[in-house]
Amino acid sequence: MAIFSVYVVNKAGGLIYQLDHYAPRSDTEMTFSYPLDLVLRPRDERVVVAFGQRDGIRVGHAVLAINGAEVNGRLTADGKDVLEFLSNPANYPVSIRFGRHRLSSNEKLMLASMFHSLFAIGSQLSPEVGSSGIEMLETDTFKLHCFQTLTGIKFVVLADPRQAGIDALLRKIYEIYSDFALKNPFYSLEMPIRCELFDQNLKLALEVAEKAGPFGPGS
Amino acid sequence: MSRSRPAPSRPLESLLNSELFTLTYGALVTQLCKDYENDEDVNKQLDKMGYNIGVRLIEDFLARSNVGRCHDFRETADVIAKIAFKMYLGITPSITNWSPGGDEFSLILENNPLVDFVELPDNHSSLIYSNLLCGVLRGALEMVQMAVDVKFVQDTLKGDSVTEIRMKFIRRIEDNLPAGEE
Repeated sequence: MAIFSVYVVNKAGGLIYQLDHYAPRSDTEMTFSYPLDLVLRPRDERVVVAFGQRDGIRVGHAVLAINGAEVNGRLTADGKDVLEFLSNPANYPVSIRFGRHRLSSNEKLMLASMFHSLFAIGSQLSPEVGSSGIEMLETDTFKLHCFQTLTGIKFVVLADPRQAGIDALLRKIYEIYSDFALKNPFYSLEMPIRCELFDQNLKLALEVAEKAGPFGPGS
Repeated sequence: MSRSRPAPSRPLESLLNSELFTLTYGALVTQLCKDYENDEDVNKQLDKMGYNIGVRLIEDFLARSNVGRCHDFRETADVIAKIAFKMYLGITPSITNWSPGGDEFSLILENNPLVDFVELPDNHSSLIYSNLLCGVLRGALEMVQMAVDVKFVQDTLKGDSVTEIRMKFIRRIEDNLPAGEE
């Protein structure tokens, strides 16, 4: 699973398509008895582990589910506050699932429009005239590749740093967009893409690119 | 009548038969004439439909042809005539009649695949049969930040010897420029 996600951003910076292609991160579910030896605290809309790392549970992991029922932000499925629930000995033994939280779709929208602005800054910072925007962003766990078409649509792919052939993949995604999204008369331009065929063909293209692996040209 | 096939980016079998295309376009225009009864309205509708096609077609064109941004109108004219028309209609119009300021030119089409087998009757003398093409060109160029005015000045259906499309550059569309294009 070397290609993690695909984002498509329209001219105005709005996210119109998003696909997560990675296997779910390892979540850890364990049964605990009172008192809990992990320190939990609320952060943003979630309850995260602040201190205490063991058995696959890391600092920063969020509480994903309690007793099998998915947690809703800081409230349990029944609407009780998670921290209160866990500080009451009567509720133990309890089974809690920890894991890295997934980005919610609102967060993705925000991040996409932030990237849209940063992309523009990339070309403004350049000492040369007529520079492109940000084409690649690298971290130690992934590389982000971005391709902007002449019409202003951006295709963003997050992949493993060793994955090769992403440029060709970005062009292929552009072709798939021009085929299955634009040639669908019921799809309106600049709106979120909800086309089955686009999804299917995109997934196929990602699989083909992954199989080519890190041995393709120009890694 | 020889029609050269566009360079196939798909297998030959999947290219549509051009007779079917001519029939489809003809059915479209005649239905519009029945619906609107007034040639001017039909021309406007064809232009609108062409515009909607153009804004989508441009992405397909850019995805498949890999041309970069054109920096002046002459480059644009070349790309339109030699690559775009060839890719989509299988013909290569010639570029002539440049205005002194370099902002207007004419495309001369020897044969127009849309009007194979078509004759205009007298009661539709102001109908611009291939007006869809004007809309397509206008819509496509608008998506790459160029505002243009496109119109037919000669039409074989009206008795002229060639079909001539006049394209005029109005201005560069400055709002919503993609980053890096200023």
